[in-house]
Amino acid sequence: MITLSHYLVLTAILFCIGLVGILRRKNLLMLFFATEMLLNAVNIGFAAVSKYYMDLTGQLFAFFVIAIAASEVAVGLGLLIIWYKRVGSIDLDTMQSMHG
Amino acid sequence: MIEAIAFYTFATLTIAMFVITVMSKNALYAMSALAAGMIFISGFFFLLDADFLGVVQIIVYTGAVMALYAFGMMFFDTTREVKERNSSAKVVFVLSGMAALLMVVILVAPIISDKVQALYPMREDVGNAEAVGIVLFTKYLVPFEVAAVMLLVAMISGIIMASKRMDESLTLKEDEEIQKKAAQ
Repeated sequence: MITLSHYLVLTAILFCIGLVGILRRKNLLMLFFATEMLLNAVNIGFAAVSKYYMDLTGQLFAFFVIAIAASEVAVGLGLLIIWYKRVGSIDLDTMQSMHG
Repeated sequence: MIEAIAFYTFATLTIAMFVITVMSKNALYAMSALAAGMIFISGFFFLLDADFLGVVQIIVYTGAVMALYAFGMMFFDTTREVKERNSSAKVVFVLSGMAALLMVVILVAPIISDKVQALYPMREDVGNAEAVGIVLFTKYLVPFEVAAVMLLVAMISGIIMASKRMDESLTLKEDEEIQKKAAQ
């Protein structure tokens, strides 16, 4: 029998994988991938809570998360393309312009 | 029984795909693995009786977001291996360990689950898509409209930012420079 805890543990594992990705990636495109993974992991948790508490609010919140993720990708990729045209690299280390 | 088999299969596949996404050096492999992981996640949604959410997951993530990333990757030179200068692996591992520890604490901490009450209980007589529609267009109408405006703004900004100086081709210019250098 699969309980809510199974799903929450899975959510935690996927979220941790995404966090590791955010911490170790230096390429901005790969960083975006890791962000998508975080959002997806949370969506699973929302859907699971929605089922086990017999409440639709979790699913609706997951819809809004998906909408935010879609707009984030559109704006983020636009910014990334501008940055690539200007600098020629999407490495995170090239983004620092102030040398303190 | 079938639920347990499906859960563990999808869980293993999703974790494997996401680990590939995080660890792979090739951007194309990472993107393909991420797309596969999204599809497997929609399997969880179908398992959880959230049919509409599963369909939206497939259409929006694997259809739209991944296609957008694929188009974005055409701008960047991503066929070669991604060179990443990892300053120190120790810091990354320590920070990851702390993140995992924090996650354990959050999960183990006493949850207020007893006080959780269903605000919009699921109805048995209507399907999932219909129930979602009923709640979305009554209780969540204002957030829905705000999300629509937000998507419109994101679309306009994406078009404007990506199409700025579109006539200057990145790859063709590089080719011309290479030919100039070769001619010299």
